[in-house]
Amino acid sequence: MVEKITLEVARYSPERDDKPYFQQYEVPVHKEWVVLDALNHIKDTQDGSLTYRWSCRMGICGSCGMMVNGEPKLTCATFLSTYVRSGSKIRVEPLRYFPIIRDLVTELTDFLAKLKKVQPWLIRKEEQPLSQGEYLQTPEQVDCYKAYSMCINCTLCYAACPVVGLEPIFVGPAALALAQRYNLDSRDQGAPERIAQLAHPDGIWGCTFVGECTRVCPKHVDPAGAIQQYKLAAVVSWLKSFVLPRGQQS
Amino acid sequence: MRPETLESTKRAVNYTPYHPRWYRPRVSVYWWLGEWHYLKFILRELSSVFVAVTVIETLMLIRALRSGPDAYARFLECMRNPWVVLLNVVSLFFVLFHTITWFNLAPSAMPVRMAGKRVPDALVAAPSYVAWLVISVFVAWLVLR
Repeated sequence: MVEKITLEVARYSPERDDKPYFQQYEVPVHKEWVVLDALNHIKDTQDGSLTYRWSCRMGICGSCGMMVNGEPKLTCATFLSTYVRSGSKIRVEPLRYFPIIRDLVTELTDFLAKLKKVQPWLIRKEEQPLSQGEYLQTPEQVDCYKAYSMCINCTLCYAACPVVGLEPIFVGPAALALAQRYNLDSRDQGAPERIAQLAHPDGIWGCTFVGECTRVCPKHVDPAGAIQQYKLAAVVSWLKSFVLPRGQQS
Repeated sequence: MRPETLESTKRAVNYTPYHPRWYRPRVSVYWWLGEWHYLKFILRELSSVFVAVTVIETLMLIRALRSGPDAYARFLECMRNPWVVLLNVVSLFFVLFHTITWFNLAPSAMPVRMAGKRVPDALVAAPSYVAWLVISVFVAWLVLR
């Protein structure tokens, strides 16, 4: 007989409810099933009204992030069997600190605005002509920023960061790590522009180095490390502004 | 950040009023109590108070030493007070906690690259621990000789 486990799923209907409540569903535990499989099973066989985001089910698209027993997780990479061993129920909630649209679906407009704010694209003072070909990089140069380029915008780090919850205006871990990803790219020349935007209490100085963003990141991006390094770079650039004549500061 | 940029940021993150039915959870004042990771962070922040206490005590000790044997004896008498001993035991715990957690965090704030590769975190943190040990042994030798 197939073992069963209870899923406590947060439900919220904007038309009907004032606040979220939990609904229990019993699902079979197959060895290869992840929490997302259980949610799909509920939607297919028990309750078609359950609403959540998912797409690739292989840790690339970053849409199935949810709180699983209070921890931000990609539900496509969180096995049911882990929780059977601990013998407890599995509580599934929408990612913390985001407004909730319905059931497990969070509102991302704010996050997308923050991403855009850090100018996550290559900024050049002067573009070289097409005839010169592409901007070449050595493997070492790629290595400098590669870890930070692995972000899939799953927003687990936002759900882990208490500063995001307490100061909604804080740009947040993923966006700041993305800024650093471009700062460290040898083809980019936009670091001064970004630092003017982000060396601010709502930017890098808002981070208190709780470090949870790095712990929960499913792609090992280390946003906390990126932000601390960014802080150091901001201080160095500030000091340079006293020592160096204008024009040599970047 | 320039003031006009700050204003546009504030506008961008203010949730739009035409979606009044979004549920916006509030963060509890006790958000840091529920999870060990958060509690550890708050304790780490709190430890700075005890680091300050230790620094002030050390400065008082130096002042007492400079002022002569009487002042030093009075300082020692004050330090024997059970409440001061308790404060010092708690301070010791927090200062150790502060030191170890910050040493361990240092590698992620200052990654060291050698020959194109990132040096492992443990190797970056190690010199801090070695320096700590050497200085402690030196101070112990100075006091106990």
